[in-house]
Amino acid sequence: MVTTENGLTPIQTGTDVVETVSRELDQYITFTIGDEEYGVDIMAVREIKAWTETTHLPNTPEFMRGVLNLRGLIVPIFDLRCRFGMGLTEATKMHVVIIVKVEERLVGILVDTVSDIITISQNQLQQVPKMDRNIDDEYLSGLVTVEGRMVALLDVDLLFKPQSIDKGIALGEAAVGDQKR
Amino acid sequence: MPQDFNLDQFKATYFEECQELLAAAEEHLAIVQKELTNVDVEVLHAIFRCVHSIKGGAGAFNFTDLISFSHIFETLLDKLREGEIAISPQLADRLITAVDVLAILVQKAQQDEVEDPSLWHDIAEDLKLFTSGDGEPVEEIQEPVGLVIKDYNLTPEEEEEQGWGLFIDIPDAPSLSDDSDVEDLKDFNPNYRITFVPEPHLLRFANEPLLLVRELSTLGTCKATADLSRMVDLDVINPDEAYLSWIFELETDRKKSDIEEVFEFVVDDCELVIEKLDPETAKIKSDDSVQMAAPKQNVQDVPSPPTVDADAEISVEEKKVVEKPAVPQLEKPKLPETKKTETQVSAPAAATPSSTAGKISSIRVELDRVDRLVNMVGELVISQAMLKQQAEDLMKDSSHVMQQGFEDLSAHTRELQESVMAIRMQPVKSVFARIPRLVRELSGKLDKKIDLITHGEMTEVDKTVIEQLMDPLTHMIRNSVDHGVETQEERAAFGKPERATITLSAEHRSGRIQIEVSDDGKGIDRERVLQKAIEKGLLPMDHDLQDEEIDNLIFAPGFSTAQTVSDVSGRGVGMDVVRRNVVSLGGRISVFSTPGKGTRFLMSLPLTLAVLDGMIVRCGSEKYIIPLTSVIESIHPLAEEVETLVNGGTVVCVRGEYIRIVNLFRLFNIKGAIENPTEGLVVIVETERYGHVGIIVDELLGQQQVVIKSLEENYDPIAGISAATILGNGKVSLILDVDGLADMEHGTERRRTFANLEQQVLLTGEQAHGHD
Repeated sequence: MVTTENGLTPIQTGTDVVETVSRELDQYITFTIGDEEYGVDIMAVREIKAWTETTHLPNTPEFMRGVLNLRGLIVPIFDLRCRFGMGLTEATKMHVVIIVKVEERLVGILVDTVSDIITISQNQLQQVPKMDRNIDDEYLSGLVTVEGRMVALLDVDLLFKPQSIDKGIALGEAAVGDQKR
Repeated sequence: MPQDFNLDQFKATYFEECQELLAAAEEHLAIVQKELTNVDVEVLHAIFRCVHSIKGGAGAFNFTDLISFSHIFETLLDKLREGEIAISPQLADRLITAVDVLAILVQKAQQDEVEDPSLWHDIAEDLKLFTSGDGEPVEEIQEPVGLVIKDYNLTPEEEEEQGWGLFIDIPDAPSLSDDSDVEDLKDFNPNYRITFVPEPHLLRFANEPLLLVRELSTLGTCKATADLSRMVDLDVINPDEAYLSWIFELETDRKKSDIEEVFEFVVDDCELVIEKLDPETAKIKSDDSVQMAAPKQNVQDVPSPPTVDADAEISVEEKKVVEKPAVPQLEKPKLPETKKTETQVSAPAAATPSSTAGKISSIRVELDRVDRLVNMVGELVISQAMLKQQAEDLMKDSSHVMQQGFEDLSAHTRELQESVMAIRMQPVKSVFARIPRLVRELSGKLDKKIDLITHGEMTEVDKTVIEQLMDPLTHMIRNSVDHGVETQEERAAFGKPERATITLSAEHRSGRIQIEVSDDGKGIDRERVLQKAIEKGLLPMDHDLQDEEIDNLIFAPGFSTAQTVSDVSGRGVGMDVVRRNVVSLGGRISVFSTPGKGTRFLMSLPLTLAVLDGMIVRCGSEKYIIPLTSVIESIHPLAEEVETLVNGGTVVCVRGEYIRIVNLFRLFNIKGAIENPTEGLVVIVETERYGHVGIIVDELLGQQQVVIKSLEENYDPIAGISAATILGNGKVSLILDVDGLADMEHGTERRRTFANLEQQVLLTGEQAHGHD
């Protein structure tokens, strides 16, 4: 007797519906540079580690502090203070590197301290007013007040997207040229 | 389990296979085109198998265009390999086009694009024309029309002539209604009985029972009995459904697996029982079945397969997988009256495709997994180096045994790493194999006669490099055919041989793969290049470029000197893109040209993203690694051996040879480094473009195997640096790109010699600075 699995045709299950997470509340990791407090989207942050000596890359802009070994990956470290035109950070063991993912790349941000994780809703966000400052405000996605402190939220995608790194390199090269001259 | 089942997985595998099959088909077609008249029939078989497999898979996933087209293609190939159609150059040409179209259809199917029959109808018509050159078109025979296939067999003599081959068909296939061969059955001793009951959807998956029958009959003497019991009335017949089933009796000396192979493509879409018959019983049985029009008894035991409607086809796929474990249930005696020594449903055989591929001992592994392995081994090498370094400090006077242990460990790690890396290595053949065709096509289009010579196609290189090699190489070949090689008239005027030669070669050289494309054409027309560069504003009128630099202008963006913009090349995006591609791979490209004699493109690429032996050097406070393969020697030059040239460059005389000095400290702007060659050390390295150059360093620190880590992954390429690595202390160290450094040094020297400041700024983006 031959039996076929007649009628046992399995039912096609519907494709998994990805649950849309409510985007109303965002979490940010905040850190300080001098007296300023900044925040980055916690989803972009991969890890936080103490500053270790980096390997300097030749002919790169000043804010590019070199590369370090992150478990086999070579990760460039950017000095945010220097990036914002406030001079080079005198990095010590107490300084912190925040590793963030920007598009497909991992980059490290050298900051003074990491202070907090804040949860804010979109309506707490304020537009960035034009400031008489060195910070290019195009990298700020908004301002928020937390317990009386003002936190500037950074858009790391804009800050470290490859084009702007390229631009940075061009600037750096120009700087090197200046030095040589 | 059905819920977990994901058809996409199978699709992905199928498309991967398709790529391989298409590549194989193309490779074999190239042979066909080359040999034309005396093509080995095995080559045709191979092409047929490729197309057939693509069709088979397409059937499973219901890619209708792909099925239809590959079917037409396959029919033609079938005729070809049987020698019914002779191969002509035109036909070979159409075959190549057909493979291209097939590739496009596969791609369309892969991208889920809407199928567009207009893509393939023209070529399909052509193929049909060739097919109908003689003989009856196979596809017209469809058994749902009601034809009964009977007693289809082959005499042993015919069988002998056929030789061995899975897909060999009978050249003089008797027409289907021919049942005059019953008398041949008198000494017919079937030793296998095969019950073949197609599922109704069998035909929809582009399987043709007739072909199966033919294949079966190549194995031995075969007798078929058709079972019409499932046949429906003519007015309700659905031409897409299979209504017939068969019982075959086969006399063969082949193994059972050979029979299973015949049904390999359909085994999931049918009920298949292959029984080995005892000779005596078989004799009687066969007589029985000759008289029996339809063995109804048996068939009624088979519950009719589920009616399959169009949208249930995916489910069928699922079902197949679900059922597999359950298949052995069929072991219940199906034909109780037959004494059988072995009964097995061959479905499980299909689960292991290796049944046909016993000779290929390879596995398919996701690249990701290999990458993980490679990465881990890399880490292992690093920690081994680290341990060794630490242990050396500890055991200055401790036992030699431990030291020996470390030596062994280091040898083993290295070997492990080499074997892991070898997994990713592939010969460049896969890329080179496509070039002959490209040259043929282009030379045909441009009416040039070109011979292509390839060397070193077995040179191995990492898979990622292979994948990205195709585009630049295609551009370079196009460039050579279009711009490099002259027209026939021009060649005749210059007294050159009528046929031009393009040489493509690959070799391992100083830890890299070097690919060379050279032609014996007219060389780069420097006047035109200059004129063009000035026209486009790339250069001022009063340039002072050397010949070599003019040649390299062809890599500048937006540069094309072709007199006429052809569809072959000349859109001015070619060499610029080539260089960008090559550089992004961590490679270099340079051009050497002799007017009237030819042009030579040299492309040097890293072999792998793996390991290299490096010399660790110190310059100021920085440590760098120089690839050991490029290091010749290191010297402490004497003051009288060092000379300063008028252009500001420094050379050192080594045994009569003047070697250019690369001032690493200046190029990298390193503070506190030794600047005088006589005080430091000069490491003489070999470069591709500048011969031997000497790099000034403070001291040598040692030699070590290092794992190459990409800088570009998270940052951008840096001039003079080829990659990074991690030293035993966990710190990142940079690997020097000696060619790049020589280039930079050369650049600064040139800059110093520029009289024209504006031009210098244009070329270098830098202002002059005095020689220090």
